[in-house]
Amino acid sequence: MNWHGIVAIYKYEMVRTRRTLLQGIVSPVIITCLYFIVFGAAIGSRIEEVQGVSYGAFLVPGLIMFMVLTQSVSYASFGIYFKRFTGTIYELLSAPMSAIEIVIGHVGAAASKSFVLGGIILATAGFFVPIEIQHPAWMVLFLLLTCITFSLLGFIVGIWADGFDKLQFVPLLLITPLAFLGGTFYAIDMLPPFWQTVTLFNPVLYLISGFRWSFYGTGDVSLWASLGMIALFLALALALVSWIFYTGYRLKD
Amino acid sequence: MRRECSPVRRERDAISDADEAAGTTASAAVAVEVRGLNKRYQSGFTALRDINLSIRRGEIFGLLGPNGAGKTTLINIICGIVTLSGGQVRVAGYDIQRDYRETRRRIGLVPQELTNEAFETVWTTLTYSRGLFGKAPDADYLEGLLKDLSLWEKRHSQMMQLSGGMKRRVLIAKALSHEPDILFLDEPTAGVDVDLRRDMWNLVRGLRRRGVTIILTTHYIEEAEEMADRIGVIRDGELILVQDKRELMRSLGSKIVTLELVRPLGQLPEALARLGVQCEPGGRELRYHFTADGDAGGVDAVLRAVQQSGLTVHDVHTRESSLEQIFVRLVGEQPGDAQ
Repeated sequence: MNWHGIVAIYKYEMVRTRRTLLQGIVSPVIITCLYFIVFGAAIGSRIEEVQGVSYGAFLVPGLIMFMVLTQSVSYASFGIYFKRFTGTIYELLSAPMSAIEIVIGHVGAAASKSFVLGGIILATAGFFVPIEIQHPAWMVLFLLLTCITFSLLGFIVGIWADGFDKLQFVPLLLITPLAFLGGTFYAIDMLPPFWQTVTLFNPVLYLISGFRWSFYGTGDVSLWASLGMIALFLALALALVSWIFYTGYRLKD
Repeated sequence: MRRECSPVRRERDAISDADEAAGTTASAAVAVEVRGLNKRYQSGFTALRDINLSIRRGEIFGLLGPNGAGKTTLINIICGIVTLSGGQVRVAGYDIQRDYRETRRRIGLVPQELTNEAFETVWTTLTYSRGLFGKAPDADYLEGLLKDLSLWEKRHSQMMQLSGGMKRRVLIAKALSHEPDILFLDEPTAGVDVDLRRDMWNLVRGLRRRGVTIILTTHYIEEAEEMADRIGVIRDGELILVQDKRELMRSLGSKIVTLELVRPLGQLPEALARLGVQCEPGGRELRYHFTADGDAGGVDAVLRAVQQSGLTVHDVHTRESSLEQIFVRLVGEQPGDAQ
């Protein structure tokens, strides 16, 4: 293994985070605070308990997951896309690094950032609502797996995109609607039966449900269904990344 | 024009002979060995055709060719940026596909384009490059490198704050950050001023003295003439010539002898015309072109014919053709001519 190479990529990407702190960390935290204020305090105070917890507390896992999903994709996609955009990818391709090492460096950095972001949002949420974490180890595991899986997805998006608009396509036009309709703001039993069934086809529901279970011991679907879904996501992302490096798709001609 | 082909054949034969003699291509004297290399892009464009080339350890190899000839594709394949379609490339005896870690850690590349991440500092980008190539951090080495390239004072500057020449130097520093044995310089002095170009030439000579093999592509023929030990010329994806620079200039270069006459000529004497001497308009100058490697006897004949014709010479000038003229002649020929 080229450990120096992995560390070099990791540190380089983390330096980028320091430089873009406002956009990468502060901005998502402020947006989440606004959600808490509007939906948690203002509107939430008029909503009765959901799944046995106050609406404000109910929102916390969903909002963390929502931000982590979108930001993991953004961090990782930007990291690799910017190298392609500027042409500095030549250095990566000519370095004595295997595909897996390149992925570990980039995805590791993006996942670290989004994991930290998740922690910051969780700590910030504590200022607005009382938080209880019944299964902290599961919470960390879910958060970590989600960060890694969606950073992998971001890496794929960064290689697929051929413009900055496509870079935003997945987080804004795919993940955001799926997260909004996947139980971030409500439990699916609050929906009519037909829409409950439709929602079960939304994969993000399983991630949010599992994560919420680690907080309050209740979820929309079973813990194992959530774990299975994230494992499936991870396997799909790994398969796609392997295919990209095998074929050289958008990397090598 | 069959003679252009012969150096390539010699090169190919030499590789085969060496293989047979040593039983291996991992000859200590060979830094890069390319055999039967082909590249066809997905678009269908064939960029390289049956390239055979052996670059010796420690030499400066000048790769010349017009735009789109295949120089950068060849370099990118050797460095691992582009995938080859056929053939084999070995670096220090290692196959670039099977043993890519061994080959790539030995190679440094200065790309043609001024590619950089505008917001990164010089130091960050340099430490990143060294790490990518598997080297442990070494601040002392990087400091020395930046000082050699007159970049030390700029180490905390962002790339976007640097001039074009300095960005080019940073690219060289990045390529050297992992102490490579082989350095590819793809148009390294494109767009840089004369002083910086001279600095870079000195740097390249210094690297060669330290045993680094240098492969240089350039549009400045003057640069190749100044720096290279051997020259390779690519045209339309084919390597049409590989030869020692001095030998090349001797065999393909031409000389011109100009005789300034005391009195202008009304008509060129028949004896001189038969030897191919030309009379310039005004009749005061006679010009005689001859190839540098085998027609020297002709000069003697011309001088005797001048004497026999009763002409009095006031002055004599000679001029040798430059590598640029040879290059223009080579790439200007139709592909069939060089076969």
